[in-house]
Amino acid sequence: MNAYTFFKALLVSASLTAFSFASAAEVTGAGSTFVYPVLSKWAAAYKTETGVSVNYQSIGSGGGIKQIESKTVDFGATDMPLKPEELAKKDLVQFPVINGATVVIINVPGIKPGELKLTGPIVADIFLGKIKKWNDKAIATLNPEAKLPDMDVKVVHRSDGSGTTFIFSNYLSKVSSEWKTKIGEGSAVNWPAGLGGKGNEGMANYVKQFEGTIGYVEYAYALQIALTYTQLQNQAGKFITPNDEAFAAAAAGVDWSKAPGYYLIMTDASGPKSWPIAGSTFILMQKNQTKPEQGKEALKFFRWAFKNGMASSKDLHYVPLPAATTKAIEAGWATEFKGVDVKSL
Amino acid sequence: MDSRTPKESTGYLRDFDEPFALKNSALLSSRYMKRQLTKHQRIDTAFRVLTFLAALSILLVLAAVLGTLFTGALPAIRAFGWKFFTTSHWNPVTEEFGALVPIYGTLITSFLALTIAVPVSFGIALFLTEISPRFLKSPLGIAIELLAAIPSVIYGMWGLFFFAPFVAKEIEPWIANHIGTLPVIGTFFVGPSLGIGILPASLILAIMVIPFVSAIMRDVFNLVPPLLKESAYGLGATKWEVVWNVVVPESRMGILAGVMLGLGRALGETMAVTFVIGNSHELSASLLAPGSTISSTLANEFTEAVGELYTASLIELGLILFVITFFVLAIAKYMMIRMQNKVGGKA
Repeated sequence: MNAYTFFKALLVSASLTAFSFASAAEVTGAGSTFVYPVLSKWAAAYKTETGVSVNYQSIGSGGGIKQIESKTVDFGATDMPLKPEELAKKDLVQFPVINGATVVIINVPGIKPGELKLTGPIVADIFLGKIKKWNDKAIATLNPEAKLPDMDVKVVHRSDGSGTTFIFSNYLSKVSSEWKTKIGEGSAVNWPAGLGGKGNEGMANYVKQFEGTIGYVEYAYALQIALTYTQLQNQAGKFITPNDEAFAAAAAGVDWSKAPGYYLIMTDASGPKSWPIAGSTFILMQKNQTKPEQGKEALKFFRWAFKNGMASSKDLHYVPLPAATTKAIEAGWATEFKGVDVKSL
Repeated sequence: MDSRTPKESTGYLRDFDEPFALKNSALLSSRYMKRQLTKHQRIDTAFRVLTFLAALSILLVLAAVLGTLFTGALPAIRAFGWKFFTTSHWNPVTEEFGALVPIYGTLITSFLALTIAVPVSFGIALFLTEISPRFLKSPLGIAIELLAAIPSVIYGMWGLFFFAPFVAKEIEPWIANHIGTLPVIGTFFVGPSLGIGILPASLILAIMVIPFVSAIMRDVFNLVPPLLKESAYGLGATKWEVVWNVVVPESRMGILAGVMLGLGRALGETMAVTFVIGNSHELSASLLAPGSTISSTLANEFTEAVGELYTASLIELGLILFVITFFVLAIAKYMMIRMQNKVGGKA
């Protein structure tokens, strides 16, 4: 056997395995790392209930978008929603599946979790590198009772592209015009100051280890690693401590029906009790299903998740979508997909 | 059939001893010889073609990688041209990319790492081969090989959790206070002590490279003919004289090969550097400031890079690393050839 036939045999066997995977009763998805813990929890429960396995690869939102565009998966998941124009261009359907909250974390000696009050513009100025000391007047006047040290502020940001960064920079763009013009929003931005940590873990470790640091992580990480999170002033002018009620208030105040393609980022939410930095993970699926059975299986799974998975997502510190929202999303499927008999789900 | 009739040979190697046994036999016909010869020729040709294909596959893979990198990077090359090498903006939002910071970071961390690692490795190798008492040789040797086998991500985690705080508390304040205040040189050693940045990354790289370089140096020092060394000792040379005048000149090529292998590892090292370099795209002369390397940028940003220009810029970074590595190897090869000629000329 020469090298050529060997290679051919290899290719054939590889494609055979790929084929056999696809033909099994299995839903495949890829994308956002943020949604991975809750999706895998749902998938395990769904498998025991229905026998259908959901195989999700947390390769990152960017990867998820690429995979669904090339139709190698049944659904993609992204923390950064595609704009309605992009959806139309790429023939994709988009809908939110779960919400999550991001908190600001600090490591300042003598400051306890939830003690320090910050406003959006102050956070923007810190990340712009304009506020350089922890005892800066702007921070001190907000926190007259806190003993702020004369210490350099060390900014920590994410070094990898991330949905968390998108939500955070989107929030800063909404509350600071200087941030909006100079930096803007994205899953990776041109950070004017600071250190980059890889992943939520990298960020959390930098902040935990070095005094004087400030960063941002998913709420679940802040709890797990016992980091010092801050209060933030919301749109209504109230200082909010991050917790499940504040996140739920933010989620309840969102009107998805006015957002075409569900292009909506729920940062800087209105409502007196709303936590200001929250966002959603979005599912992307092909509008024209070439394999309707696969599309149907995927939609069945999400319908199951909307019905049975929302409550359990709270254990992992996600923020469920309100029942009214999930009903509206399901109703929308009938018109959005082509080639899938949504009614027979 | 007569038992002495030559059997059809099945293997190539077996035939070497068979003719010897059959030498006295008159049964060895010329037809048989001819048949064997054409058969061996055929095997030989097949063997030659197979090895050639194996060698060719390397070239094919290399060409394919280069081609893929180039076509992938084309949008970025078109958009930025030479500006890609001279600007330090790295802005995914406005899609403006310049690679100065990662290129500088890659070169400076590798350079610093080798500056630290080569003298230390030299010392280790010399001690092991010339000076160490016999009972220490094998435990030390095994320890070095074990260090070389540790995955780089472990070095990165160790660097982040233990080494970085140590550097931030003990080493960097001292550097900033003593060297940072000097004129000219001082500008390279200013800034807050984070324990995360170009210097800590270089130190970690040095630690990672030392086992490789010292293991190779030890091996080449061991290859120096004992006759030469003993002659020198016989002439009354001291240990240092033997090392410097006999061992080192005799193993120059091997030393250089070891250094180049170390450099290759340092240039491409990804995970350990990503943990401790700080991943910042701001250009700073200070070695205490955070920076980035080509491979750390790729590891950080490739998964979530959205948009053609962003991806293309990252692929162009990969292409640049490819080219840098190529040139480093080419220079090393050139130096080796020159050295070889010099040594040959002397003899």
